[in-house]
Amino acid sequence: MKSLVAVLTVLAAIIALWYAACVPMNIKGVLDQAERAGAEVTPATAKARRDMSEIGLVANNSFAIGETWVQDRPRLPAPHQVAVELWETTVEKKITSKRSLIYHAQVTLSATLLGFAIGTGLGILLAVGIVHSRVMDMSVMPWAIVSQTIPIIALAPMIIVVLYSIGVQGIIPKAVISAYLSFFPVVVGMVKGLRAPDAMQLDLLKTYNANTSQGFWKLRLPSSMPYLFASLKIGIAASLVGAIVGELPTGAVAGLGARLLAGSYYGQTVQIWSALFAAAILAAALVALLGLIEKLVLSRMGVRA
Amino acid sequence: MNMEPTTQAIRPEAAASAPAPADCVIEARNLDLTFQTNDGPVHALKDVSLKISKGDFVSFIGPSGCGKTTFLRCIAALETPTGGSLSVNGMTPDEARRNRAYGYVFQAAGLYPWRTISKNIKLPLEIMGYSRAEQEKRVNQVLELVELSGFGGKFPWQLSGGMQQRASIARALAFDAEILLMDEPFGALDEIVRDHLNEQLLKLWARTNKTIGFVTHSIPEAVYLSTKIVVMSPRPGRIHDVIDSTLPKERPLDIRDSPEFIEIAHRVREGLRAGHGDD
Repeated sequence: MKSLVAVLTVLAAIIALWYAACVPMNIKGVLDQAERAGAEVTPATAKARRDMSEIGLVANNSFAIGETWVQDRPRLPAPHQVAVELWETTVEKKITSKRSLIYHAQVTLSATLLGFAIGTGLGILLAVGIVHSRVMDMSVMPWAIVSQTIPIIALAPMIIVVLYSIGVQGIIPKAVISAYLSFFPVVVGMVKGLRAPDAMQLDLLKTYNANTSQGFWKLRLPSSMPYLFASLKIGIAASLVGAIVGELPTGAVAGLGARLLAGSYYGQTVQIWSALFAAAILAAALVALLGLIEKLVLSRMGVRA
Repeated sequence: MNMEPTTQAIRPEAAASAPAPADCVIEARNLDLTFQTNDGPVHALKDVSLKISKGDFVSFIGPSGCGKTTFLRCIAALETPTGGSLSVNGMTPDEARRNRAYGYVFQAAGLYPWRTISKNIKLPLEIMGYSRAEQEKRVNQVLELVELSGFGGKFPWQLSGGMQQRASIARALAFDAEILLMDEPFGALDEIVRDHLNEQLLKLWARTNKTIGFVTHSIPEAVYLSTKIVVMSPRPGRIHDVIDSTLPKERPLDIRDSPEFIEIAHRVREGLRAGHGDD
């Protein structure tokens, strides 16, 4: 109960801060509109207002504060505007509609899941190779690390162009970018996890004359499960980012990334923010789902609740 | 009462020079092992010669660094000696390992936390390719042997430390290894649990007639359990004394108050002290 109060307090503080930030962010637009509508504003001309600080404008025109939260195209939309937009574009729109966020989220989600599957599979395979072969450890690991130092925003257009030139388009290029971001945490986590068994446990298997594959399936893989799930949670969030980034340079017409792009073309800040929130909610749901699967798997493996 | 220590002793040199009897299970001749470490070579075993006969219960006792665990690991082919010869069941240790000649019990129980006790005991059986029915049968047998019947479905964390160690002994007994190697298996347990497990181990030894190599640094434990006590000394690790116990095979716990027991314990202690005086 006490923690609930604390959580709600933090949430309320964030929302309050957000509302407060809307006032100086939007005041110039509100005053410009009011001037055109014939209201009395201080100072009276847009040119004079441009030279003043936002805080000063708010102090001089306190009547306009309420207006900063209800503009059509605010620089920073207020929380309730985003909430209303989210509600209208999810619950009140048909899923088949091009304006439905659920439709766009599902487009991004399918690329995310495909990329996540590819990335996880690749990550596990690489980790198995790295743990069992010293040559792979020395040759693959540095490249895996280097791959993550290149900004994905720079790499994504090239991936799309290259794949397009060999005739691959649609969901695959987005999934590839997703996979590119998500394989890395899986590699790192699984290498650590597969190496988790201590010398004594490896000696024990040696006394049974167990072969490498028995050692893998009976000891290394089960030992790595907690590490795997930690990696998967990072990986799935990275996958979603990858899928959204993959939608930006193509001028895609569908997907959360396309929604962000369209919003910024037309100055629809409310649309941008609601797409951002949709992405965040989607990521949170995916991570929570993985957490649930983790709980089920680990409890079947006898881990104390 | 036998008070003559000479009749109890077999000097290692004498043991090595005699021809191996037919029931000799483990034989080491002039065994040497030097570890190459970053701080230079460490002489872990020097000129170790020893014979262990079938059905013996041999304890290795000595201060840390005397090579008792290293010697056990050599028998198990977990370490490779750098000199001398070592045979297990007439084979090299590595061949013996491949033939699954021994079960090894480590200081920590080392049970897999994601497997139940039964499944833990099945681990070696799965690896060795026993049929499912055979696995079940053996698990029940060894669980009964270590008095853990009814605990097969529990996970390791649900058991006390002593019970976990018994489960790990059951795991080592599950396949038909003639030799049981135990590296300070009760070292982490308290005195009372330890007494109880020692008693159980003797019963188990009597029932299974296995050859047991047992590393410890407890004098009473070594004397109570063993038919043969190997006293080792450190830097370099070597055998200082080998004492053949005169205690009867049947040993109630209160045998530890008998003058015979105290006499043997005294000799072990003297040996440990003398070995320590060398450096």
